[in-house]
Amino acid sequence: MTRRAPGWLWGAGVAVAALALLPAVYLGVRAAEADASTWALLLRDRTWGLLWRTLGLAVAVTGCAAVVALPLAWLTTRTDLPGRRVWTVLLCVPLAVPTFVGGYVLLATFGTGGVLEEPLTRWGLPVPPVYGFPGALLALTVSTYPYLFLALRSGLLSQDPAWLEGARSLGLSPTRAFWKVTAPLLRPSFVSGALLVGLYVLSDFGAVALLQYDAFSRAIYVQYEGAYDRTYAALLGLALVAVTAAVLLLEVRLRGRAGYHRSAKGAARAFTPVPLGRWRVPALLACGVVVMVGVVLPVGVLLYWGARGLAGEGDGVLASALGSVLASVLGAVASVLCALPLAFLAVRYPSRLTSMLERASYAGYALPPIVLALSLVFLGVQALSFLYGTLAMLVLAYVVRFLPQAVGTVRSTLLQLNPHLTEAASSLGLSPPAVFRRVTAPLLRPGLLAGAALVFLTAMKELPATLLLAPIGFQTLATQVWSATAEGRFAEAALPALVLMAVSALGVGLLVSQEGETPRG
Amino acid sequence: MKRLLALLLTLTLSTPALAAETLTVYSGRNEKLVGPLLKKFTEKSGIEVKVRYGETPQLAATLLEEGDKTPADVFFAQDAGALGALANAGHLQALPKETLDKVDARFRSPAGLWVGTSGRARVVAYSTKKVKPEALPKSILEFTDPKWKGKLGWAPTNASFQAFVTALRLLKGDDAARKWLEGVKANDPRVYKNNAAVIEALGRGEIEAGFVNHYYLYAAKKTQPGLAVANHFVAAGDPGALVNVAGVAVLKNTKKADAARKFAAFLLEQDAQAYFSQETYEYPLVTGVKTADALPALSKVGSPDLDLSKLDDLRGTVKLLQDTGVL
Repeated sequence: MTRRAPGWLWGAGVAVAALALLPAVYLGVRAAEADASTWALLLRDRTWGLLWRTLGLAVAVTGCAAVVALPLAWLTTRTDLPGRRVWTVLLCVPLAVPTFVGGYVLLATFGTGGVLEEPLTRWGLPVPPVYGFPGALLALTVSTYPYLFLALRSGLLSQDPAWLEGARSLGLSPTRAFWKVTAPLLRPSFVSGALLVGLYVLSDFGAVALLQYDAFSRAIYVQYEGAYDRTYAALLGLALVAVTAAVLLLEVRLRGRAGYHRSAKGAARAFTPVPLGRWRVPALLACGVVVMVGVVLPVGVLLYWGARGLAGEGDGVLASALGSVLASVLGAVASVLCALPLAFLAVRYPSRLTSMLERASYAGYALPPIVLALSLVFLGVQALSFLYGTLAMLVLAYVVRFLPQAVGTVRSTLLQLNPHLTEAASSLGLSPPAVFRRVTAPLLRPGLLAGAALVFLTAMKELPATLLLAPIGFQTLATQVWSATAEGRFAEAALPALVLMAVSALGVGLLVSQEGETPRG
Repeated sequence: MKRLLALLLTLTLSTPALAAETLTVYSGRNEKLVGPLLKKFTEKSGIEVKVRYGETPQLAATLLEEGDKTPADVFFAQDAGALGALANAGHLQALPKETLDKVDARFRSPAGLWVGTSGRARVVAYSTKKVKPEALPKSILEFTDPKWKGKLGWAPTNASFQAFVTALRLLKGDDAARKWLEGVKANDPRVYKNNAAVIEALGRGEIEAGFVNHYYLYAAKKTQPGLAVANHFVAAGDPGALVNVAGVAVLKNTKKADAARKFAAFLLEQDAQAYFSQETYEYPLVTGVKTADALPALSKVGSPDLDLSKLDDLRGTVKLLQDTGVL
């Protein structure tokens, strides 16, 4: 494919990439103010130590998330597991659990004085180490595996069963067929999901701070929080952008250049679900354990907080819920729309330039959210004052922050879609918009929905940008939870936090029900 | 569908209403705490208040980023250091003398650029199950003793802790502050995100003593009356007895300076001061307002003699915290 992309597609792609690069530009402006002593601070040994600790955590979390997500994605798409849709929704909910709730759950369950301490000591077992690396690993794995789960699901749903059937008819056992056919075809989905997990870990502050693991983003926070030192923080931020760039270079190697679509004609059919047979109980148990840790425990802790005193705290929750849904839905739709031109350019017109545009979308994702929020304050005040303080500004912030979540899933789905289909449609006289509406969009649906679901769930719990950029007085469930817990009033946080999880589950439920079990393409 | 889109568009693009008497406040103080008070101000003055709530340091960073173009008229901050940082950057304007004079000179900006609205004392909170009060030292400096190894908790990323370290540097010198930080660090203190987390950890029995602000205990006891934690006030004049303030300032470029000054004055009226005292267990700073029963008098706490506006020298403190490996 050496055709040139149409001008409007280039225009849209460049505009979106420029938007995504804004935080990096802002950091450059601030870093330019740095003097020699600030640079010296950046280059001391401690920075390298932080870097290794952070990267180590990112790699470990990505690995653990993959081990959790792959079997769950397969079970909920390819087997006769009872209650697949309900499991799918429940398995996504941890994305909407605010990190400090997750961290608190760990402490209240496994920590000193926690629920498990007494029974463990009675059995003569050691209390597990929740602080530091093990705790951060567990908390972040639980809150990020859904990125991989959703990406792998949409990959599995858009595969053509003919491949697997072909492999089976050639005499491969189901297991061998999975590793020989299904798994390699999942590579783009896997890489895009793993990237989201790994880069999210780089940006996380809540869990590492609570569980006392000294990571890069904590160092950045300290500068803003304590020292109002925007220059040193900007240098650290740029270092993080450089790490992101390095990770993306590595990704190119892993991703490969292969196309993954079918070349044969003929309609694809649905997969025949694999009967689990005697594996049904272990499979249900596996789903149950993950849901237990990711959903039931947090809900339990929230109910316990709530029981400490919930009287008359219902006011404002409805308005906050509406605010959350409005902002998150707009953010999800806008992110998917912005992701489309980047994904199309990168997949249909592959070149060095288009892949650079696509990667630019990740620039803001690995930065701690407060850095991104402040960069948009800067932009809003300097250039977009007519948007500053409006909901549009907040939606813009969500797009800059969550764009990669949409780009990754849209891209990997697009890779599995045969371009001849759209070419045939246009040769039959359909205009490009009609081709998109009638052919491409329906085929892309699993990817678009998975991308929207990811952005929706993450936006629901977003805090720093929401606090600083939303219209004044605009409440979301996350800001309400924050406002209750900031002063240690945990009881008052329980209701909005529970509603946050319920509304998120409802949103994902709606998206999953739209997904359709029949893969096409 | 088109109608819905049009509605959404108006919603997303509509700019805030431009009523003449609307004051925009950036509040680093919690909505649950000060929301009702701000409503009272509107009832009394007829001035509408729009509030952006956030963390004090993040709002200070936002104000620095917005500069002269900020939509804010008033900054209501949780910490004197944040106010000092904005004063240094030239973003604040002087308050009227009669407002400033209501508060002891120790608790306001010497240049008259901000005024304290309530006091917050540093204390050592301790687990009543694990520590006897008489075992607690009179000075914060004694917590470097190895007998506290593995028993302490602190929140070094927290602004109120850093303000305390700044005070320690100003009172005893950088070397003494370094020695204290290194000494406590040698005792392997547990690191928490904020004061509330330290109190929770004390309640769980994870640590025996922690360095916090005095009112977090009372907030926690509202929902857990049986919490086995108490406050220990160190001796008067000790750096560990520092009383920091929450305070208010008027932004330099506001077009509503009169309304903004009214707001600042309102926070120092008897009603508002009583509200802080009874609702948030902070120290009222205007004479004649009763301190909460659970607390020792402010005069007994004996905050060391210190210009609080100097607490904005956080750069040096953060550098020291980094050099000692605390951060």
